[in-house]
Amino acid sequence: MPTLEQDKEDKTELRDRIASSQIWRSIFRHGFDDTQRNRVLQMTAGFLLHTRPVKVWTHGIRLRYTWGAGGLTFLMFVVACITGVVLMFYYRPVPEYAYADMKYLKFDIPFGMFMRNMHRWSAHAMVLLVLVHMLRVFLTGSYKKPREFNWVIGVCLLTLTLLLSFTGYLLPWDQLSIWAVTVGTNMARATPFLGHEGPFSEFLPFISPRYDARSLLLGGTIVAQGTLLRFYVLHCIVLPIFAIWFVMVHFYRIRKDGGISGPNKALEPPLVARPVPAGQIAPESSPPKASGALPENQPGQENQSARKSEGESE
Amino acid sequence: MTASSTPKADAGDRAALPAKVFAWPGLLRIESLVALAAIIILCVWSITIDAPLEEPANPAITPNPAKAPWYFLGLQELLVYFDPWIAGVVIPGLCIVGLMAIPYLDVNLKGNGYYTFKRRAFAISTFLFGFLGLWIIPIVIGVFFRGPGWNLFWPWEHWDIHKVVAQNNVNLGNLIGIKNYLAEAVLGIVFLSAWYVVPPLVLWRKKYAESPTLKAMGLTRFVITAFLFQSMMLVPLKIFARLVLHVKYFLVLPWFNV
Ligand code: HEM
Repeated sequence: MPTLEQDKEDKTELRDRIASSQIWRSIFRHGFDDTQRNRVLQMTAGFLLHTRPVKVWTHGIRLRYTWGAGGLTFLMFVVACITGVVLMFYYRPVPEYAYADMKYLKFDIPFGMFMRNMHRWSAHAMVLLVLVHMLRVFLTGSYKKPREFNWVIGVCLLTLTLLLSFTGYLLPWDQLSIWAVTVGTNMARATPFLGHEGPFSEFLPFISPRYDARSLLLGGTIVAQGTLLRFYVLHCIVLPIFAIWFVMVHFYRIRKDGGISGPNKALEPPLVARPVPAGQIAPESSPPKASGALPENQPGQENQSARKSEGESE
Repeated sequence: MTASSTPKADAGDRAALPAKVFAWPGLLRIESLVALAAIIILCVWSITIDAPLEEPANPAITPNPAKAPWYFLGLQELLVYFDPWIAGVVIPGLCIVGLMAIPYLDVNLKGNGYYTFKRRAFAISTFLFGFLGLWIIPIVIGVFFRGPGWNLFWPWEHWDIHKVVAQNNVNLGNLIGIKNYLAEAVLGIVFLSAWYVVPPLVLWRKKYAESPTLKAMGLTRFVITAFLFQSMMLVPLKIFARLVLHVKYFLVLPWFNV
């Protein structure tokens, strides 16, 4: 390792000794050599780093492009998972204890209230950020080919985020939570066919206040202990598993779709090869007559040259 | 490694592709810094502001107003203008399905991977209208301007629980003097069908010949887009009809009302 040998300080010698010890080398195999090959090996050898690409688009790491919103959404999810596990140590999902455990967390558990606050605020931040992330993905047109399916996965994640937040809202078992959940789930009674007050439910004889879409959510006809247990299980097990699964697929797809989207004019249709409809901005250099002569929508030779000139013009 | 080969790029385009850098430190450093900043903010926030906890749950005492969590207040706001099965089931369902359908309906290849308005003016204005106008603004109204009885209050105004707002809403049929149920139902059906069919049909007939976009879309995509678009615009239409013309329902049927 030439770079280390050049350095003569004690500290560096210690670092050198550690970095060349058997233990260190068994964990971090590839040392610090600043060669292209070694840097690739560093990234691919460990589990955590290998989940990231070795190289990324320069435009993709600009905050001005992504706003960091997707990454922050994920961070908020991780914070909520970690603090949520801590809360689970103290929380019992039955009406007799749930509210008391909130008080217990606040007054008796060291850092209990801090954990609850972190959990609550990270969850709110996650909802906010996922909306911001969706907005930026839309504004940059990043859902377009080849990322269509990742957008669909994103919409599933948005839904899951809202459901996670909503199921968690009930757990403190205070006035705020039961009435918010009452209002939220009341709409389910009006589900067409499946809700007992919904249109067409009269055509399904087995739909009643006790057995319909709403009672499936509530585990009964009102928000009560059945609801609390149901929401607890959904909140702590079912929905997180789905969310983690979809996030993994989401991240995997980002890489398989060619990394973060970016201005790649080569993928765009030739502007000049097509008659420009009124109202659209025509490139200065294209006389409408001449462009009309070229075939439309055909990625042929002519369009290749058209692409080039378009790429240069911007 | 995978990300370094873009499937779409053939040899001729290579030169046009943007540059790449090593993820470490290029990406990971900025990621860590942003994450650190976010965690610090979150910690400070959590130390200074406590999560709310009200009185213990009591099914016998209904708070007035009973508000859903803020991210659902847009839907709760729609309950003012629509029956629960539309506001609570149909509209959220259409939102999810419609959002998922966007990539398959938008045939405009321009504006992929950078910010632009003029190259996708319709897509962006439609999305922003729905996102800000029909999602964010109703949330703001629900959070800050709704009080007891779901009446409108200024945020600084005292919540008068006895505030009464006169509501004499009439159905579309009554509005133009029709008293007969059957005639009213027919009118409603005609009105709603016209809403969904006429504007798209006119657009398609008049613009198809000269519009490369419509040709690229094809009929199926166009019909789905038009349906989703008209459904979305039905929301502000209904809000307008309610607030200005005091219309309760466009369509009254024995099974449901719209
Ligand atoms: C739990 C929720 C979500 C998480 C954790 C998440 C995370 C991420 C991250 C980290 C990225 C990388 C780029 C960036 O940070 O902007 C990304 C990209 C992307 N996300 Fe999400 N996302 C979520 C929800 C969504 C939603 C709701 C949508 C759309 C409806 C969406 C669609 C996309 C698409 C299409 C990309 C690729 C963007 C590009 O290549 O420029 N995601 N996501």
